Amino acid sequence: MADPFLSIQHVRKSFANATVVQDFNLDVGAGEFVSFLGPSGCGKTTVLRMVAGFEEPTSGAIMIGGKDVTRLKPNQRNIGMVFQAYALFPNLTVAQNIAFGLRVAKVPKADADRRVAEMLKLISLPNLGDRFPYQLSGGQQQRVALARAIAPKPKVLLLDEPLSALDAKVRVSLREEIRQIQKDLGITTVFVTHDQEEALSISDRIVVMYGGRAEQVGTPFEIYNRPQTRFVASFVGTLNILKAKVLNGATGTIAIDGQQVTASGMKNDATNGAERSVALRPEAVSLNGIGGQRNKLDGTIEEVNFLGSVVRIRVRFQENSVSLDTFNNPNAPPPKHGEKVTVSFAPEDLLVLEGEAPN
Amino acid sequence: MTDITSVEPGIVRRGPTHLAAPPDVRAGIRLPTQWLGVAPFFVFAAMFLILPTLYLMIGAFQNDAGEFTFENIAALSQPSIVAAYWISIKVSLASAVLGAFIGLAIAIAIVRGGLPGWIRSATLTFSGVASNFAGVPLAFAFLATLGRLGLVTVLLNTLIGLNLYAWGFNVLSFWGLTLTYMYFQIPLMVVIIVPAIDGIKREWGEAAATLGATQSEYWRMVVIPVLWPSFLGTVILLFANAFGAIATAYALTGSSLNIVPILLYAQIRGDVLHNAHLGYAIAFGMIVITGLANVGYIVFRTRSERWLK
Amino acid sequence: MKSGRFWAWVVFAVGAAYFFVPLIATLEFSMRMRRGVYSFDAYKVVLGDIHFQQSFGFSVIAAIFTIIVGVLIVVPAAYWIRLRLPGLRPIVEFITLLPLVIPAIVIVFGYIRMYGSNSPLPFLASASGTNVLLVFGYATLALPYMYRAVDTGLRTIDVRTLTEAAQILGAGWVTIIARVILPNVLIAVLSGAFLTFAIVIGEFTMASLLNRPAFGPYLQNMGANRAYEPAALAIIAFAITWGCMSLIQILSRFAPKSTAR
Repeated sequence: MADPFLSIQHVRKSFANATVVQDFNLDVGAGEFVSFLGPSGCGKTTVLRMVAGFEEPTSGAIMIGGKDVTRLKPNQRNIGMVFQAYALFPNLTVAQNIAFGLRVAKVPKADADRRVAEMLKLISLPNLGDRFPYQLSGGQQQRVALARAIAPKPKVLLLDEPLSALDAKVRVSLREEIRQIQKDLGITTVFVTHDQEEALSISDRIVVMYGGRAEQVGTPFEIYNRPQTRFVASFVGTLNILKAKVLNGATGTIAIDGQQVTASGMKNDATNGAERSVALRPEAVSLNGIGGQRNKLDGTIEEVNFLGSVVRIRVRFQENSVSLDTFNNPNAPPPKHGEKVTVSFAPEDLLVLEGEAPN
Repeated sequence: MTDITSVEPGIVRRGPTHLAAPPDVRAGIRLPTQWLGVAPFFVFAAMFLILPTLYLMIGAFQNDAGEFTFENIAALSQPSIVAAYWISIKVSLASAVLGAFIGLAIAIAIVRGGLPGWIRSATLTFSGVASNFAGVPLAFAFLATLGRLGLVTVLLNTLIGLNLYAWGFNVLSFWGLTLTYMYFQIPLMVVIIVPAIDGIKREWGEAAATLGATQSEYWRMVVIPVLWPSFLGTVILLFANAFGAIATAYALTGSSLNIVPILLYAQIRGDVLHNAHLGYAIAFGMIVITGLANVGYIVFRTRSERWLK
Repeated sequence: MKSGRFWAWVVFAVGAAYFFVPLIATLEFSMRMRRGVYSFDAYKVVLGDIHFQQSFGFSVIAAIFTIIVGVLIVVPAAYWIRLRLPGLRPIVEFITLLPLVIPAIVIVFGYIRMYGSNSPLPFLASASGTNVLLVFGYATLALPYMYRAVDTGLRTIDVRTLTEAAQILGAGWVTIIARVILPNVLIAVLSGAFLTFAIVIGEFTMASLLNRPAFGPYLQNMGANRAYEPAALAIIAFAITWGCMSLIQILSRFAPKSTAR
C-alpha cells in the first residue's frame, strides 16, 4: 500500500496475566473498509479499542494520517465510533445526539443545525430529529448512532459489532446502508464482527483473527476461496474437510478413500504417503457433473435437506463425506437417499490445508 | 367494607368477566374463587387504611355539628401551627437535600470510584440496615454521641478544646434533628440511587470521548441530566420520609422542638388545641404534603425509568 | 483517574466515620454505667428489667401476628393478581404504596376516631380488641414491604405454569397454594417477614397512641428517665435490625433464580 491512512504497527496488548493481542500489524488505506473477523475473545475488539484510545498498547504504535496517536486520549483522536448497544444519550433528542460532537467542538449553532439536517437525511430519518432514543426502534437507534459518529467528520470510523443487537432483516438492510454511506463519504472504516457473512458482504478487506493474531488478511474473495490456514478455512463459510493421502506431491495427486483426484494447490514439499487435510466448499461440488478435466468421486446419497432455493445434499464415500449445494429445480426432484451418484469438482477448488491431518 | 363481603356470589358470577367469555364454562366456576383470593386484601385495605384516612379527611371539612366548613383548614393559619409546619418542612427538606447529596457522593464513590468490590457490597448491606434503623433507638445513639455528655462532644472538648455547646450547637435543636435524620436518609439515598448510577452505561462515556468531549463535558451534558430525575425523585421521597416521622424527634427532643407530627401527637393524646376537628385538619395537611411529594416522586421516577430501561 | 480514586476513598471514609462514630459512641456510653471502668452493667440492668422482658415479649408476639396477618392477606392477593386478575394490579400497587404516603400517626389517629368504644366496631373498647387493632395497624405499615417482597418472589417463579402443572396432576386450590406456591415463594415471604419484624419491634407511634405496653413506648420511657440504659437499648435494637437484614441477605442467596421470561 502506497500511503496507509491508518497504520497499526507491531501492537501488543497484555493484561495482568494474559496477552490478548500479539504483534498485530495492519495498514488501512484512505477510504478503505476493513473488517476484523473472528470468534469472541480473539482480540479483535481489543485492537479496535486501542485504535479508539480506550486501551493503551503494551508496545507498538498506531498512526492516523501520518501522526502517531498511540498515547493520545480518545477525545483527542478525531475518530467516530458506533457501539453494539447503540449508546445513544438517553436524555438528548435524536438531533441533540447527532449534534453532540459539534457542540463539544464549539461549532457555530447554524452550521451545526445544517450538519444535523444533512445527517438526518443521510440516514433517511429526516423527520425524527425531535424524538428521544427510547421512541425509536433498534435499527433507527443504530442509524442515529452512525450519524452521531460521522457528524464531526472523523478521520476514522470504528464500528464495534454495530449490527449484533438487531433483528436479522434489519441487520442486512442496515449493513448495506452503512456500506453505502461509507462509500459516499469515503471515510476510512474499521468494522469488528463475528459474523462472516457480514464481513464478506461489506468489506474491502478482511482480517481474520484468532488467539490475538491476524491469521489472514485479504479481500473477501481471497479469504473465502483461498483460506491459508485451517482456522480461516473452518471459520469462514461452510467447509467439507476430508482426509486424503498424498500419492504424488509433485503432480498434486492424492487419494480420498482410495479414489484418485488432483489438487492443484498442493505444494511440492508434501511427502508421498503423508496424510493431509483437504477442504471443499459445498458450492464448488456438483452432482453428476459434466466437464472432462474435473475430479470425480463415486458415492452414495446419505442425506437430503431441502432449504428452499438451495438443496443441500450429503454424499458419503467411505470414511469421508461431502455436503454439496444444488439449486432447487421445480421440474427435477432432488435425488433419493441411498442413490449411487458421482460428484465432481475442479482441481483448483480442492484446498490443501497446512500441516498434517489431525486424527 | 361490608358492601364487598355481602355481595352474593351469584351476582359476582354474572359479572362482566363471565359475559366476556361465555363459552368457557370453567371461567364461570373460577370467578368466585379468584374474588375470594383478593377480597381479604381489599377488605383489609378499606378498613385499616382507606376508610380511617377518609374519615379524617372528611372530618377536616366538618364542624362539631357535622356541617361542611372550611374553618378548620383556615384555622391552620394560626401562628403555632404554621410554625410547626414550617419547622417540619425545614427539617425534612434539610435532611433530605443534605442526605441526598451525601448519599449520592457515597453511591458514586462506591460504584464509579474504583474502590475494591467488597466495599460496594458492604456499603449496600449496611445501608439496608441503617435505612431501617430509625425511631427511638436512633435518638439514643445520637444523644450518646452528640449530647452534652456524648462521646464526640466530650472528646472534642478535651482533645482540641472545642466546646460544641458553647458554640450554640444542641442535639435537641433543628441541626441536631437534621443530623440525626440523615442517619437513615443517607443510606436510603444510597440504596435507591445506586441502581440509577449502574444504569449509566460505560459506552456513553466512551461515545462521548470519541466525539471529543472531556470528562467534565460528559458529566455536564449526559451524566447529570440523566441522574437528575432519579435524584430529584429520591429527594422528594426522603422529604416525605422525614416529614411523617415522629419517634426519633419525640425521643430526642421531647416536645421542645414543635414539629407537626409531635403537635398532632399531643393533640391526639390530650386535645391541646381544644378542637377535635382542627386535629383532622392538621392530619389532612400532612397527607396533602406527603401526597404531593409522592406524586412528584412518581413523576420523576417514571421519567428516569423510561430513559434507563 | 488516580485523583478520582483518592476522592472516592475520602468520601467513603467520611461516610463510614459518620455511620460508625455514633455506633461506637453509643457502645462506649452504654458501658460507662459503673464509675471509672467499662462494664456491661447497663445491659444487665436492662435485660433484668421485668418491664423490658414484658414489653419486648409483647412486641415479639405482635410482630409474629403481624407477619401472619400480612402473609394471609398479601400472598393470596398477589397470587391471584398474577394468575387471573392482572387488571387489578395498578390498583393494588397503588394501595400498597399508600402507607408510605400517609404517615403512621395519621393512620392511627383515624383508628382512634373510627373504632372507639361507641362505634359500630369498638376495637378500642377492650384491651384485646386494641391489641388486634394494633396488629392490623402494623400489618398496614408493613404492607408495602410485604407486598413488594411476595410479588418479586412470584415473578421469579412462573406461577401460571406451576399452577397449571399442579392442576393437571389433580391438585385443588388449597393444595396448590400450600404445597406448590408457598414453598416456592417461601424465601420471599420470609424476607418480607424479617423486614416486618424489624419495623414492628421498635415501633413507637401506634403502640403509644393505642396505649399498648410495647417495646417502642418502653424505649421512649427509658430514654426520658435513665442515662445509660437507653444506650444499651439502642445497641440491642441495632443488633436486632442488623440480624433481620442479615437473615434477608442470607435468604436471598437461597432464593430461586428467575425462570420466567
